[in-house]
Amino acid sequence: MPVWDIIGPVMIGPSSSHTAGAVRIGRIVRLCWGEEVVNVNLYMRGSFATTGEGHGTDKALLAGLQGYAPDDPEVRDGIKLAQESGMNFTFYEEDIEDAHPNSVRIEIWDSSGRRMDAIAASLGGGAVSLQELDGFEVDVSCLLPVIIIMNKDVHGVVGAVTMYLSSHGINIATMKLHRDSRGGLATMVLELDGNESKVKPEEIEAVHDAIVRVISIPGVTL
Amino acid sequence: MRSLQDLIKLAEEHGMGLHEIIMTVDSEATGVPTNEIYNLMLSRLKDMRRSTEEASRNPNPCKLVPNTGVLIREYSKGAGMCGGFLLKASAIALEVASYNASMGRIVAAPTAGSCGILPGMLFSWEEFYGKGMSDLDRKLTEALIVAGAVGEIIANRATLAGAEGGCQAECGAAAAMGSAALVYLQGGKCEAVSNAVALTLKSVLGLVCDPVGGLVESPCIKRNGILLAVGVLAADMALAGVVSLIPADEVIDAMGQIGKSMPASLRETSRGGLAVTPTAKRLSKELNLQ
Repeated sequence: MPVWDIIGPVMIGPSSSHTAGAVRIGRIVRLCWGEEVVNVNLYMRGSFATTGEGHGTDKALLAGLQGYAPDDPEVRDGIKLAQESGMNFTFYEEDIEDAHPNSVRIEIWDSSGRRMDAIAASLGGGAVSLQELDGFEVDVSCLLPVIIIMNKDVHGVVGAVTMYLSSHGINIATMKLHRDSRGGLATMVLELDGNESKVKPEEIEAVHDAIVRVISIPGVTL
Repeated sequence: MRSLQDLIKLAEEHGMGLHEIIMTVDSEATGVPTNEIYNLMLSRLKDMRRSTEEASRNPNPCKLVPNTGVLIREYSKGAGMCGGFLLKASAIALEVASYNASMGRIVAAPTAGSCGILPGMLFSWEEFYGKGMSDLDRKLTEALIVAGAVGEIIANRATLAGAEGGCQAECGAAAAMGSAALVYLQGGKCEAVSNAVALTLKSVLGLVCDPVGGLVESPCIKRNGILLAVGVLAADMALAGVVSLIPADEVIDAMGQIGKSMPASLRETSRGGLAVTPTAKRLSKELNLQ
């Protein structure tokens, strides 16, 4: 961590993990969803469930889901603003044995039947990890721009995607591959060294028939 | 950046100021140019100053702890034994830490729970020593860079998280970072910066994190207002030529090792220490907390 992360982040208190981290989780999940969040269930795990209310974790998550930043004073009114904007939200507590001690599962859906399920953890100092998306392991901090690609597990998809990125002059910082079974559903999680503005999700979707969905998340700094 | 001793050696070898070598090292590690690092730290200073001003007129009460900064401000007009500098620093620290607890906008330095200590030390210095200085913000920014480097070394050798190392890693680290900044501001040599860090940390080793009801209020707010005094005195001692027998890097290692041997009940879980006293239990029950 460089000096500006030690003296920082600038944030609404009282807790970097339970408040600032929670806002970042909300923001990242909203970016994954890609549009306004209207219906959401939040399942609080570990100390998000036990000490969350005292730290404003509920307000912070809802503020993040509305797109506010961790240093925005509106975070204090996260619940009121969500109600006013017509967001339907419900908080639950969830006791999962191997869950991260500061984490939340977020379910979002819309009237057309589209759904998304995300799990994210707050790691301390405002740093977070998007752990799972729709049941797939993702595990990214979202400090760098991220591309998540969901595809049918066939040969050539990784090559087609990396070729696309290479031809646009984009350097891949890290890359992770997962699949549920051979020939089943696979995910590719790529962290990029900047230049994410050159990436067009619809173009990546077109590079191979097996690609089902592409999610692009710009870097969300601390 | 892993060693204060190496950093000081590097500064001497290159004939650079401490803040310059820190920016150079961080620039090499991150690819961010040094002028951008300076500007980022200047903006941190400005955010810190704003949070101090907002905190002094914060209308939002905390859940448990009443605002005590105003008491110290009033008291410091009389004959406080600690003197004006320390009382002013303490008042600022109490106000900023209370502002944090009531969801105010602050700069985590190094954490939100310890966010009052650096503003207290820096802005009291500004009032007592920096008034009318033409390049005041540059000087304070450089001091903040020195403080940040001390925090970076503590993060790399030990930890800055109460959940891992107790309060010694949060308020203790903040006081050590602040004492380094004060020695720097007073024109002390690099060795004195290092001694101030060692002397401060040695005096807070073993301090546990035991927040009542899991809130960042009691004892956190008052620890902000009190522990900075350790850092201020350590800075004066180091400037006077007092040398720590154990060097700063080794004190930091000891701090990390002590944190590891602390039971989980004393590391931010509110299952031990002050958090389980009869009064803490009663207050937590009244507020319907854990």
